[in-house]
Amino acid sequence: MDLDLLIGSMPKLLDGALMTLFLTAVSVCLGFVLAIPVALAKLSPRYWLRLPAGGFIYLFRGTPLLIQLFLIYYGLGQFRETLESFGVWWFFRDAIKCALLVLILNTAAYTGEIFRGAIAGVASGQIEAGRALGMSWFTQTRRIILPQALRIGWPAYTNEVVFLMQATSLVSLVTVTELFRAADAIAIRTFRIYEMYLTVAAMYLVISYGIIFVFGRIERHLMRHRAPATQPGIHKRALAILSR
Amino acid sequence: MDQLLRLGGFGNELAAGFLLNISVGAGALVVALTFGLGGAALKLSPSRILNFAGFIYTTLVRGIPELVLIIVLYFGVPRLAQTIIRPFIEGYRLDFDPVATAVLVIGLIYGAFMTEVLRGAFLSVPKGQLEAARAFGMSTRQTFWRVHMPQMWRFALPGIGNVWMVLIKATALVSVVGLQDILFWSGRAGQSLREPFKFYLAAAAAFLLITFISERIIALAEARSQRGVRKLKA
Repeated sequence: MDLDLLIGSMPKLLDGALMTLFLTAVSVCLGFVLAIPVALAKLSPRYWLRLPAGGFIYLFRGTPLLIQLFLIYYGLGQFRETLESFGVWWFFRDAIKCALLVLILNTAAYTGEIFRGAIAGVASGQIEAGRALGMSWFTQTRRIILPQALRIGWPAYTNEVVFLMQATSLVSLVTVTELFRAADAIAIRTFRIYEMYLTVAAMYLVISYGIIFVFGRIERHLMRHRAPATQPGIHKRALAILSR
Repeated sequence: MDQLLRLGGFGNELAAGFLLNISVGAGALVVALTFGLGGAALKLSPSRILNFAGFIYTTLVRGIPELVLIIVLYFGVPRLAQTIIRPFIEGYRLDFDPVATAVLVIGLIYGAFMTEVLRGAFLSVPKGQLEAARAFGMSTRQTFWRVHMPQMWRFALPGIGNVWMVLIKATALVSVVGLQDILFWSGRAGQSLREPFKFYLAAAAAFLLITFISERIIALAEARSQRGVRKLKA
């Protein structure tokens, strides 16, 4: 292992890692905001809410993320004139914006499905109690259903965020310079392919662990009404989740 | 309609590409089940060293993006095999078939996910079943092959179905290492006919079709696996 090469390439790799974290953070936040209405819509008794939400989840979960990325970034170029006439070409011309759009929609679909299950898993007695207190649908959802669904869905959601972070490596294939593409560029230039790839793999491992650690902390906070003494150490738990 | 089905003369290539995705997926599922059984055995073994080996396997695979794993393993596994074999057989060159390598690599990756599914399934078999087997005087080995192993599949099936759904979509990544799968051909066709959207849409539709069919088959298989289980009526 050539240490000079590693130290020399660190600034570029860290830049790439920052891009990976940026893509992850934006898609996680906006994806979550989108996922909750999608989850509620899919559980709605009204078919005009339920069907579009179900279709959205089905389409994005049923096709590979890579194809979704290619479809939007390379595919929409076919309709350049139309998009220009609508004045939205500046958006679809930019790889980062396209990548973010696809990542947000993709994670919204997966997260929506996770929280659909979680919302359905909230004990019916809780909802009946809310109704008995005369709460409106909105108040029930906000104060009873969503907080409890968040607790139920959190472990699965943690998994989704880790895989989303890893999936951002795919946007390197639509020319966005994130962690993997940064490493790849150095690997090709210096012919140190395996050193660079192993380094980048280690960096992904560290970021994955970091996400699980932070989400574990949040989970502890969400579960603060439970006795903390029964929980194992948070590092041990994070490692257990990562190895599962 | 006829025009649409021919897909601008690329219909055959796209179909052949899609067949590659399906065969790589099916092959990788078998490899993943094998590695999954191995991984579960490591994790369930009483030996600390073997536990640790299982831990390393699943942690590495789950902590690193599949794109990185596919590229590293696809080019790395043949090179590693070459290095291992060289001291034994002088001047022998191992030739790795690209499709077989892809099957092996994707199977290796999803074997880690299968490990947890099979480990969980193994532990889900009711204790009473194993105690009953013991009470009949079966040896440990007999209990394993006649009672434990046949029953764990019922618990494993939903998890195996989930892994398959992710695995088949991951086969789209083999285009990155140069295999001529459906994504490769839809890229080619889209470029030469200047209709990239149409062809990527066709590729997406193909995957939607396979996930749709898979869902149905998994549901049927699950229903069949539950046929001996008494259901509670609400």
